Amino acid sequence: MTAGHAEPMVKIRSLRKRFGSVEVLKGIDLDVPHGQVVCVVGPSGSGKSTLLRCVNRMETIDSGRIWVDGELMGYAERGDRLHLLPPAELCRQRRPIGMVFQRFHLFPHRTAVENVMEGPVTVLRTSRAEARRQAMELLERVGLADRAGHYPAQLSGGQQQRVAIARSLAMRPKLMLFDEPTSALDPELVQEVLAVMRDLAASGMTMMVVTHEMGFAREVGDQLVFVDGGVIVERGDPREVLAAPKNDRFRAFLGQVL
Amino acid sequence: MEVTSSGGAPGSRDEEAAAQPPVELPINAVRPPRPGRLIGAAVALLFMAWLAYTIIVNENLHWDVIVSFLMDGRILGGLWVTIQLTVYSMVIGLILGVLAAVMQLSDSPVLRGTSALYTWFFRGTPLLVQLIFWFNIGLVFPSFGIGVPFDGPKLVEWQANELITPFTAALLGLAINEGAYMAEIVRAGIRSVDPGQREAAEALGMSHRQVLRRVVLPQAMRVIIPPTGNQFISMLKTTSMVSVIAGAELLTVAQRIYLGNFEVIAMLIVASIWYVVLTTIASVGQHFIEKRFERGHAALGARVRRNLRPFAKEPA
Repeated sequence: MTAGHAEPMVKIRSLRKRFGSVEVLKGIDLDVPHGQVVCVVGPSGSGKSTLLRCVNRMETIDSGRIWVDGELMGYAERGDRLHLLPPAELCRQRRPIGMVFQRFHLFPHRTAVENVMEGPVTVLRTSRAEARRQAMELLERVGLADRAGHYPAQLSGGQQQRVAIARSLAMRPKLMLFDEPTSALDPELVQEVLAVMRDLAASGMTMMVVTHEMGFAREVGDQLVFVDGGVIVERGDPREVLAAPKNDRFRAFLGQVL
Repeated sequence: MEVTSSGGAPGSRDEEAAAQPPVELPINAVRPPRPGRLIGAAVALLFMAWLAYTIIVNENLHWDVIVSFLMDGRILGGLWVTIQLTVYSMVIGLILGVLAAVMQLSDSPVLRGTSALYTWFFRGTPLLVQLIFWFNIGLVFPSFGIGVPFDGPKLVEWQANELITPFTAALLGLAINEGAYMAEIVRAGIRSVDPGQREAAEALGMSHRQVLRRVVLPQAMRVIIPPTGNQFISMLKTTSMVSVIAGAELLTVAQRIYLGNFEVIAMLIVASIWYVVLTTIASVGQHFIEKRFERGHAALGARVRRNLRPFAKEPA
């Protein structure tokens, strides 16, 4: 539906990231075209979460380039040198990129609707009345309009994660990053969150999803990327790759998670 | 969950329990005797009664004098100064504390060092010494001015002797000293907030300042409030140290009166009664402020209770 774009929404080239002496990403190249869902899978410690966190610059990078919607993340190119962007510019770059965390990270001192309003009111300077109206629409969309006045501690894990998704959507993002969104949930709560994500994908949102849900990847994903030891070991159409994995480590990994 | 027969108790969630009439097994257990506790209570009561008796009948305490001075104009004036000193120095101390704590958590080693030096120095020297020092600051810096630093020309200049009254010296001493302690309290509060909260706020595109003001500090308050309340209560009494520089607060005033009428004990009791009144009011206020900042956390307790309820009704 959005095949008209020449540039992908996310373009990653030769990305390397080190924590101390440990190199967790050893040269990643990845394109996420507009409107596509890319699922990133891999064993724990493979660097898949770090990869996601580099995209919205929650982590600094050691080398390589990341563009989101054609804009170089974190740096300004002047002449032949890169200049680190000032904090205000980084905030501006992060604004259209939504992020959903494994442990939700809702603001515990604010109700569900206040959580969703927080971004628009504080960052976009939307009026409180307008922000509340939009927030109620979004809570309706994730099926939680009746929980608007509840504090996060009064909601189940699945409900909290759906509020967290609504909170990200309130910033009207063009890209959504999901960092293991269902890994901290009880099994019976996983589906309600996946359902919201499925709807989001169907509405044409560009998404990068770090997940262990192979069913979701197969059903919703346009591209599946297997990361191991800081490099992309296998990639392709999820239905083909999952049916006939070529790489040994990927096959072993699938044997453990399926 | 479906209830087929009408035999179930209203509100019962369990089908099995609904099928049979519930059996009541009341526990009217007899308490074991506690002779030790009884004897202890009797001794404590006796001691309190004796203490009250000796205080009431003691003629050296001059209760009539105490009562007549409780509402004395000079005492009430001193009380007002004590309240002012406490509130102002706590407010300034809190601002200094937040500033020092934020500096302490900054990436810049210079800011961290400045903050560390501040807390190190003012926590390392006695408040009494600081108070006397501020009162005598004119001996070191005869004048203060605004202008070019490092002995450049001055725009405005004040004489230390005019600027430093006992009240300003007291305020400087108490506030700056308090800031050093508040810095540690605020720092602990900020560090108690889950780093994920900061990340979630940053992912929304908030600036550092917005993250601090909207997300981190409101949550840190929950940890900061109880020890700050203690600091406030402690400060109400610490202001009495100002009597060494004749700060005109409650204790100074009481001392001035007993130097005239020689009612030393009576005047000290008058001052003590007011200190107790102030600290009691402050304790009540602290309780309500703490409740205010428990928002979202009190709800957690409610949820735990609600979730446990079904299990409590389940037959073993």
